[in-house]
Amino acid sequence: MSAAIPLHAQLINLFAAVILLLAFAMLAQRRVLQLINLFALQGLTLFLSTLVMAVKIDQMHLYYSAALTLTLKAVLLPWILHRLVRKLHVKNEVEPLINIPTTMLIGLGLVVIAFNVALPISQLSSTIARGTLGIALATVMLAFLMMITRRKAITQVVGFLAMENGLFLAATSATYGMPMVVELGIALDVLVGVIILGVFFFQIRDQFDSLDIHHMEKLKEH
Amino acid sequence: MISLTGLLGQLFAIALALMLAPLLTGWVNQCRAWLQNRSAPPLLQPYYMLHKLFHKDVVLAEGASSLFRAAPFIVFGCMVLACAIIPSLSTDLPFAPAADALALVGVFGLARIFIALAAMDIGTAFGSLGGRREMLVGFLAEPALLMVIFTMAMIAQSTSLATIVETLAHREMIIYPSIAFAGIAFTFVSFAENARVPVDNPATHLELTMIHEAMILEYSGRHLALIEWAASLKLYAYSCLGLALFFPWGIAERDNFLAMSAALPLLFVKLTIGGMLLALLETINAKVRIFRVPEFLGTAFLLAVLGLLVRLLLETRV
Amino acid sequence: MDLFILTLTIPLVAGILLSFAGERDWAPHINVTASAATFLAAAGLTAEIVANGPRFAFGEQFFIDSMNVFFVALTAFVGMTTAIFSDPYMKNDRSHGKLTPGRLRLYKSMYQFFMCTMLVALTTNNLGILWVAMEAATLTTVLLVSLYRTPASLEAAWKYFILCGVGIAQALFGTILLYFAAERVLGESGTALLWTHLVGVKAFLDPNIMAIAFIFLLVGYGTKVGLAPMHNWLPDAHAEGPTPVSAVLSGLLLNVALYAILRCKVLADGAIDGDFAGDLMIGFGLFTLLAAAFFLGRQRDVKRMFAYSSIEHMGLITFAFGMGGAVGNFAGFLHMTMHSLIKSAIFFAVGHAAQKCGTQNMEDIRGLIRINPLIGWGLMLGTLAILGMPPFGIFASEFMILTHAMKYHPWTTPFLLLGLGVAFAAIFGKVHPMVFGESEAKRLPHAPAITPVFIHLGLALMMGLWIPPYLTRWFHEAARMLG
Repeated sequence: MSAAIPLHAQLINLFAAVILLLAFAMLAQRRVLQLINLFALQGLTLFLSTLVMAVKIDQMHLYYSAALTLTLKAVLLPWILHRLVRKLHVKNEVEPLINIPTTMLIGLGLVVIAFNVALPISQLSSTIARGTLGIALATVMLAFLMMITRRKAITQVVGFLAMENGLFLAATSATYGMPMVVELGIALDVLVGVIILGVFFFQIRDQFDSLDIHHMEKLKEH
Repeated sequence: MISLTGLLGQLFAIALALMLAPLLTGWVNQCRAWLQNRSAPPLLQPYYMLHKLFHKDVVLAEGASSLFRAAPFIVFGCMVLACAIIPSLSTDLPFAPAADALALVGVFGLARIFIALAAMDIGTAFGSLGGRREMLVGFLAEPALLMVIFTMAMIAQSTSLATIVETLAHREMIIYPSIAFAGIAFTFVSFAENARVPVDNPATHLELTMIHEAMILEYSGRHLALIEWAASLKLYAYSCLGLALFFPWGIAERDNFLAMSAALPLLFVKLTIGGMLLALLETINAKVRIFRVPEFLGTAFLLAVLGLLVRLLLETRV
Repeated sequence: MDLFILTLTIPLVAGILLSFAGERDWAPHINVTASAATFLAAAGLTAEIVANGPRFAFGEQFFIDSMNVFFVALTAFVGMTTAIFSDPYMKNDRSHGKLTPGRLRLYKSMYQFFMCTMLVALTTNNLGILWVAMEAATLTTVLLVSLYRTPASLEAAWKYFILCGVGIAQALFGTILLYFAAERVLGESGTALLWTHLVGVKAFLDPNIMAIAFIFLLVGYGTKVGLAPMHNWLPDAHAEGPTPVSAVLSGLLLNVALYAILRCKVLADGAIDGDFAGDLMIGFGLFTLLAAAFFLGRQRDVKRMFAYSSIEHMGLITFAFGMGGAVGNFAGFLHMTMHSLIKSAIFFAVGHAAQKCGTQNMEDIRGLIRINPLIGWGLMLGTLAILGMPPFGIFASEFMILTHAMKYHPWTTPFLLLGLGVAFAAIFGKVHPMVFGESEAKRLPHAPAITPVFIHLGLALMMGLWIPPYLTRWFHEAARMLG
């Protein structure tokens, strides 16, 4: 039975579980700055998990993507977000649309769904970290939930980036990472996306004097 | 098959629980006082309390029914039973087949129902307020506790506590993320169940916040002594349950006297450290408003379910 | 020089040049010239592929066959005509004080980058690169949608970014699953995302994984196609962005996203027994068609209404490809081409009309035929064409889709007819008073470019009456590749 699980697989499973836990913590967090810190922590865990994978199968491109994760998701993006929050004087409350315990319960339901979807797939996986595919899908769905239940633009962006984290976990855990050129492309897209969003935040604030998206509910079907 | 040694071991475990439980409470109180820069009460203070209360006369409230008088005995009995079936020193417990881990939750539930009923029996405002709050806490904490037990039961393939402990104590060192989840959830639940700080404050009689104290305001004399003792036993039982589930190393197996004699000092050490940690956690946390208690316990439930799911997904091989 | 490399590098170089040059007198000419050069290169490339058959480029990373070269030519063509149209349009906007030179520079450079990302998405052989290019196409257009910086346009751009971002994330998950399925067959050689390799082994891919992967891919790329219920961003982005952007979003970006789905459908069909992928697309397509048709009648904004019309047609095309078979695919390709040409022509006409009347509200646009007969007739003919009146090309493709549906999926016929009928009534009823009627609007400072409208409509008319034989052969070959 489980006695056969080798140490690195245990570590990867542990990191995956921590990433899931952090996804929930982000869902429960009421402060914007702490939310960004949690996001950075998730990035760090992702880096550790990728590193363990890289050491185990000893493939150069996994080392590169681990390094990419560390610089981009654990350092650079949180730093940009912190700066944005300070420069734009965003209030520190998260302002959920649905109260937080309800969100958590919905999140739990999503995890069950994600695990169910992933179960038949992970049974086929030959990689060491097969079970993590379900966790990755769950992380994606939780991030998605965070995006639709938060009022502030900046929390939606953190949700968007957390979704990217989940996808990255899926890529490393199911397939030892995508080909290098694709991974670089994805990283570039994410970075450009965040920079564009930064520009965009300033535009939004100039127009609405706030980053609250409930100002942006004019375009509707009549 | 009940062996003589088993029976002796069982009786010893119960006697130990009865003797040690107030000491644990005293130790936690002392640590708490140190951490909060107060002068600490003597370690044996709970014993003096019990001694004093047993020698006082019982004053019964007007209109108290027989339920009110019977409740302390039932609650105390439940806690003794709980301590009897939780493996603290040895897994060779002849009483254990009487109740598995699920029934254990039921035993705690039974005690809770009687104490809440007795609190409402008198008809005072505080009594029913406390009773209602206690049921709210219980209603949220029990599912979480059950989920924790399910997770452990899945690992051991059995709901018998003795089997769970044997399985866990004798496996090789494997990182189970599910156990980590379950452990945190269990900590949350024990804080709520034992009326500790984030949920209730055992040292206050502030009417707006108290839960446990509100229920036992009308008790006096030996009734109060029994209830206080039962509360100590509950803390002891939860501590032993936590140790048995998450740190089972050192608990002796069947017919192993040597191991049993080693288990006793080990249990002392574990309880000492556990009590210190409990006091520390109580000191660094602030009591939450009663309206936030559901959220606190909801988190516990969430973690427990996550543990179960992670167990299903990550740790089962098909 | 290699025509393929030219096709990709011209817009890239032009984009860089325009972003550094800033807004000068000659900048619009660069924009038009570069687009025209891209089209010439794409036309040459098409001739080459038609003559010599499929080819690779950059190792195996890019692959051009008869299916995508057809989209490349179409994209480059509409890109060119839109650039021609946008020149006077943007100048008028600037005269009206809606735009600053800095934003015009942003517009022109992003327009070229956008063309480049779409051409990369169309020609790449690597499904991962396809994803990256699609995401890049979203990013380049986000700032174009919010070009006017009005509250409404910012809101539209935000919605566009977030919804398409979520959608594209789903598509990435689908791509990862696809890679995962492929890696089991092709190994870790790095070829497991190359479409040409995947097609060879498609029968050996695990059907369970492929089914889940295809659902994610369809929902993900479907968000960009505008399939209901993920279509919410589309009307807002079309209505609030500048008209040239609406024209390329509707005429090109939706096509490219649909092309991505088609590439994945080929793989899913090979792996899964039965018509799982096709049935899913039929369902989504039909639902989209009906949902859009019923929203059409409630619109007041003219660009918004035509955006819903785009959703409706995308639903119909998805439905056609879902049915598959030689006729279904042929009709799908024909309809896609026709829709691109006609819808962009309509947006050109609508853009000028709205600029003349100073509003996009349909109740305030009246008597176009008196203000400028060419714009009026352009809008009228375009509307008739998009509604499927003979002799325009959409009639032919809709006729094919309907007869094919009657034969193989008879239960869908009443829904199709209902959707098309409702859409016809809604659009015609609103456009008619806009074209005929009384009005007193002023002249525009810069004469509108009407030529692109009539070139597009002329092509649509020609293809309704007579499809050139090489084009027929080409459509047939592409339809055969889809299976």
